[in-house]
Order: sequence, then structure tokens, then C-alpha cells
Amino acid sequence: MKKLASFSILIAMALVLSSCGMNMYDQPKANLYAAAPYVKDKVVGTARLLPEGVISRERGAVDPSFYTGLGAEGLATDLPVPVTLELVERGQQRYNIYCSPCHNFNGNGLGMIVQKGMPQPTSFHDPRLRASPVGYFFNAMTNGFGRMYSYAARIPAEDRWAIAAYIKALQLSQNASLSDVPESLRNSLEVQGASR
Amino acid sequence: MPNYFPPNANAFAKWLIWGGVIFTALLATSLTVFARTSNNKVRVPIEQPVAFSHALHNGQLGLDCRYCHTSVEVAAAANIPPTETCMTCHSQIRVGSPQLAAVQASWDSGEPIVWNKVHDLADFVYFNHSAHINKGIGCSSCHGRIDQMAAIWKNKPMTMGWCLECHRNPAAFVRPKSEVFNMAYVPPAEGQLELGEQLVEAYHINEEKLPQCSTCHR
Repeated sequence: MKKLASFSILIAMALVLSSCGMNMYDQPKANLYAAAPYVKDKVVGTARLLPEGVISRERGAVDPSFYTGLGAEGLATDLPVPVTLELVERGQQRYNIYCSPCHNFNGNGLGMIVQKGMPQPTSFHDPRLRASPVGYFFNAMTNGFGRMYSYAARIPAEDRWAIAAYIKALQLSQNASLSDVPESLRNSLEVQGASR
Repeated sequence: MPNYFPPNANAFAKWLIWGGVIFTALLATSLTVFARTSNNKVRVPIEQPVAFSHALHNGQLGLDCRYCHTSVEVAAAANIPPTETCMTCHSQIRVGSPQLAAVQASWDSGEPIVWNKVHDLADFVYFNHSAHINKGIGCSSCHGRIDQMAAIWKNKPMTMGWCLECHRNPAAFVRPKSEVFNMAYVPPAEGQLELGEQLVEAYHINEEKLPQCSTCHR
């Protein structure tokens, strides 16, 4: 009887020890960036390339110009979304992340990466670019321009429009006079200017 | 029956028992420490196919985390950037450098670079970057001073006990959303708890649900 008891305890302990496997830790499921040998194209992994020309359906079926920046008569001159302070601030934040490394925070094209050897892009305050419609900037971000790669895979279309709006605001800011400021706010600017 | 053992054998047996207890305790402690540190690869630089330096790109050049890790605010994973992101600059800068050979080869062939995993969480943990980023947990809270790491390493043990330190008391770690991507952020020397309490409320952090199993496990 005693022998049987000690024998069963031994078996139980052995079972406990044998359960220390990594099966739950590494489950047989398709994790992000896992190798996927069953995929028969060049990129062998769970992170697949999108088929050519595919667009997000998150917003439902929208006007294609939302994704291209091209209207019926060429480059869009108006934003497809309402221009709000929120949109421009979002654009500023995204611009500072993705564009400022080359275009610089003020848009003059002398960002940190340009100082490290990237060819200098045209300043946003160049007369030609100041005259360009908002769709021009959206289109450049979407398809790339010159040596600039496309940012379509990195910045969603909504944010690209926000950035385009901010670039327009940036252009205005560098060429604005006091008369462009609403009268109610002019006073505070003049006081700030005087105190400097 | 003759006495095989001398009388002092009793003392020996006693010491053996106590020694066994102490030895087991020491072994358990050191194994735990080992499991949470060197075996867990905490602060051990992970070799990568390309000698990419966060200290240079983020620390010196000042590129934002999100320039490459574009999905960190909206998805569970902070994506590893595709080769295209590297080539955005390196099609122009340091072209032909031997350090960039693997990047160029990947660009030419279309085969992705196979980076070595630094943080390998268990598959039964459903960690979500965006949930943390959007509720005021800074990158550096878990990843440390990435902006100073030439080679990347895991900065914290990433064990469940470590996760719970914050999940049980988020107010001690939460920072303002504007500081989430600031690598050099230092929490206020005094009053972090008060600030944390305010932020926990403002960001709708559900303190009751946070330490529950189903928050991270399904």
C-alpha cells in the first residue's frame, strides 16, 4: 500500500515537471511578421504586400479624388474635408513627424536630413509652390515627388490632407501682415511684439 | 542490531535538513533572478542584420518614433518599418556604404530584412501599443532611453509581475499625452501621484478593470 502511494506521488511529480513546455508561449498561429511558408510569393511572411491599386474601404465608397488629390479639372484646389483648427493642428503634428526632417519645421527645406546630405527640396515659400493648389501637396505626398518617396503607405489619406492644409497655413504664416490677423486678436500680437 | 552511526550523526542529519532548506531557498531565488534578468535578456544588446542605431536616428537626428513605427498609435503592434522607409533617405545618403549593404540587397530583391526579435511576449498575452500610447504611457516607460541605445535591448523584464506594477497603480506611471514620445521625460520629483490621479481620470483609465485577467489574456 505504502509502495503504491509513493509510486503514485512520483508519477504525479513527473507529470508536473513534464508540463513545463513552451507550447502555450509559442502557439501555432500566424503572428505578425511570422514566417509563412505557405505563401507562394516573394515576400514570405504574414505581413503581405497589398495588391496594386488597392484602397482602404474604411470610409466606405468615397470620391476617388480623396485618395488622389486630383479633381475633374486637375489638382484639387479645395480640401475634401472641412477646414477646422483641429485639422490644421493635426496637420502640424503630422508634418513635424514626417516632413520636418527634410522640409524643416518652417518649411524652408533645410531640415536635419538635408544638412546630412539629402538634396535640398524647394522651399514651401517659393512663389511657384505658394501658387500651387492644396491638391499639389497631397499628390506629392501620395505619389512621391522627385527624390521624395511616396508617403501613402505611412500616412493615411486623412492625415495627408491635414498636412496639406497645414502647409498652406505655413505658407501664409511666413508671408502674413498684421492686417491678415482678425481685429480682435491684433491687439494681443502687438503687445507681444512690443514686449520682445 | 549494532549501531552503525555514531551519536554525532544526529547533529549531521539535522544540519543536512536545514542546509537543504537553505540551499533550496537560495536556488529558487537565484533561478528567479536569472529568469527575470540575463535569461530574459534584459539589458542584453540583440544583434541585428543591420547595425541600425536608434541613438543616431532618434537621439541625434531627432526623427520621431512614429516616422518609422507608423502604426504605434492605431494598432496593437508598433510596426517594424519596411525597407522602403530606410530607402527614403538612404537612396540618397550613404549610398553604397557596406553598413547598408543588407538594406540595399533587400530593396533590390524585394525580400524583407529579417530583424531579430527583442521583445518576445508569450502568445497568450494580447499587448496593445495604441492602448498604452493613447492613455499616457510613454515609450520610455517600458523601452527606456531608446534615444541613447546604439544597439537595441530589452529594458524591462516584461514579466507579468512587472506589468502588474503599473496595472495595479497606473497613477504612479501615467504622464501627459504630449510627453508620450519624449524620450527624456522625467516625471515630476514631487506630486507624480497627484498628477497621475488627475490624468487617470482625464484619460478614462479604468483602474478597476486594469488588473483583471481578461485585460491582457483572452
